[in-house]
Amino acid sequence: MILFFLSSGLFLGWALGANHAGNVFGTAVGTKMIRFKTAAIICSIFVIAGAVISGAGATHTLQRLGSVNAIAGSFIVALSTGLAIFLMTRWKMPVSTSQGIVGAIIGWNLFAGALTDFHSLRKIVITWIIVPVMAACISFVLFLITKAILNRSKIHLLQMDMMTRIGLLVVGAFGSYSLGANNIANVMGVFARVTPFSDLTIFNAITLTGVQQLFALGGIAIAVGVFTYSHKVMETVGSSLLKMSPVAALIVVLAHSIVLFLFSSETLEHFLASNGLPTIPLVPLSSSQVIIGALIGIGLLKKGNLIKLNVLGNIGLGWIATPILAGLIAFISLFIFQNVFDQQVYHKVTFDLNAEVIRQLENEGVSDPAISTLQHKSFENPATFESELKTFTKLSPEDRKKVIDYSLRELFKIDQHTLTTKINRQWFSAGQVEALERLIDNTYNHRWQLVADLKNMSPEWHYRDKTKLNKRFNKDLEQKYQIIFEIFRMSNTTELK
Amino acid sequence: MAILLKSTKELEMQIDEFLDAVGQGGLVFTLGVKYYLCKNSENFKEQLKNIGSLEAKADSLRRTIENKLYTHTLIPEHRGDVLGLLESTDNIIDQMKETLNQFDIETPKVPEVLHKNFIDLTEMSVLASDALVMAIRAFFKDINAVKDHLHKVFFYEKEADRIGDNLKRQAFQLDLRLSEKNHLRYFALHIQQVSDNAESVADRLAIYTIKRTI
Repeated sequence: MILFFLSSGLFLGWALGANHAGNVFGTAVGTKMIRFKTAAIICSIFVIAGAVISGAGATHTLQRLGSVNAIAGSFIVALSTGLAIFLMTRWKMPVSTSQGIVGAIIGWNLFAGALTDFHSLRKIVITWIIVPVMAACISFVLFLITKAILNRSKIHLLQMDMMTRIGLLVVGAFGSYSLGANNIANVMGVFARVTPFSDLTIFNAITLTGVQQLFALGGIAIAVGVFTYSHKVMETVGSSLLKMSPVAALIVVLAHSIVLFLFSSETLEHFLASNGLPTIPLVPLSSSQVIIGALIGIGLLKKGNLIKLNVLGNIGLGWIATPILAGLIAFISLFIFQNVFDQQVYHKVTFDLNAEVIRQLENEGVSDPAISTLQHKSFENPATFESELKTFTKLSPEDRKKVIDYSLRELFKIDQHTLTTKINRQWFSAGQVEALERLIDNTYNHRWQLVADLKNMSPEWHYRDKTKLNKRFNKDLEQKYQIIFEIFRMSNTTELK
Repeated sequence: MAILLKSTKELEMQIDEFLDAVGQGGLVFTLGVKYYLCKNSENFKEQLKNIGSLEAKADSLRRTIENKLYTHTLIPEHRGDVLGLLESTDNIIDQMKETLNQFDIETPKVPEVLHKNFIDLTEMSVLASDALVMAIRAFFKDINAVKDHLHKVFFYEKEADRIGDNLKRQAFQLDLRLSEKNHLRYFALHIQQVSDNAESVADRLAIYTIKRTI
């Protein structure tokens, strides 16, 4: 059953491999600089590596946008994206997996009554607009530099051919890694919260988390797409769309890979932060739009008719049409799946603003005289709860979010068996595990209660100051908390009280 | 990859050898014409043999290069251009060999008064072919230098045409039989053909050079 639910994500992965590998190796294969087999093998290896090693960054942003909390819901979200892509392609309209999945997640949010994080949405949308421009600038500069170097250096045509081949292979590998790192979020991101896999240690040396195994599976789906269907796409890209010299093509692919890497690498984010530089948001991008941006960069220099206004118009259309279509399909499919096939497409959540929660909020400086009017009211929909809070209180949007988060009612029980079998002792520190052990048999109704107890037990459960430098540590700790919530949550929340 | 690197190096050397053969062909051709005019038949035969082996070497190298370019799918973007370039350059050494052969077979009677014109015409045609060889080398190694050599090819070709026209005019003014006059004109045309071929290859090369700039 789990595999059935994952199948829509795997299908998306296959489609991504079939279409987007062409962006990375299309010119090299189309111009016969690299054999398809070589390109497919390198592309597959590096896509999987990118997905497993660096796939988490962009996934977090998608998860913040909306946390799909039931595997059937994730299935519909991925399937709707796939359908939207299929329809848009049939209608010969430009399409992007990233834009589709964002629309489908918002569709799920609307159906499940979950709140859409507009901060994340704004970040994603602004990035989409900036990215083609950024790719154009990078390819423009790279082209100028390469041209200056090639004009000065006296390289034999055959040596240049050899260097270009090696360059296309290396840049193709880098591009595939970046593609895997950035776009795995589109394929498997919605399943990350409901991953059926538990941690796996290989030869006592490498530990793959459940999410990493999920991403590896998505990476394999992409690789299958590359092997089974990308050959024609590569031939088309190489021979008809991109009529340019292999060196120019190398620059376009390099610019594409750099941009995808910038928007997916957590290591780079940490490096920038530790040097006091502004960080780059980790957002899943449209690989095709990045390539078009990079082409425009070279088109500007060539002064030819490479830049066509209708291409730019099509990108704009893709930004609007794809998410709307995917969102609509997701909403309708969720309705059908829930009511016709009787599947749980989202877990119902209860929000209970009791005295204990109000006291805790007051301790943390969130208070409003009117908040007590909502005391003892139970809400099953965060959107309704938010609108009530908006009507009766004067709380800021951030405070309202905090009230909603703190009122969320779940049941957690720390038990010895789960602790021994499901906690990865290589990832969790000894102090963190010890703190958990001291809480065995404790139960909690709210997340903040469990967090508070863990913090009391060990300083290793404390977040560090919110500086960019500490972002990585805090993100890691946040992931650990998420794992704790997932594994110690009791399935039947009616047990509480 | 190592095999590819090795074959690239080999191919570079073979292209150089091919161009060396065409360049040497020009020297041998000049000597051959000079020995014929001064009736040094022994040395003329020697040069005839030399140009024959140089032409055969150039042919064999051209075939090997073509073969390697296709089997290793090298320079896919410029493969057609390079092959066209090598084939048309091979025609130049073919033309030289053919002309010396005609001298050997038809033994034209060249009046002494026209000897200098024939030598000048031969030297000018060979200068055009030499400049072309330099331009082709630059096409492979230093693309910006190609035009420095190409303009010389065009200059020498024009000069060869001028000398050739003078030669023919003078020949037809001499007190010779019409058949002898025609025979001289025919040989002048043959020698001129060397620089004409060089010019047409240079025209192609100019286009390939624009294509090669990224």
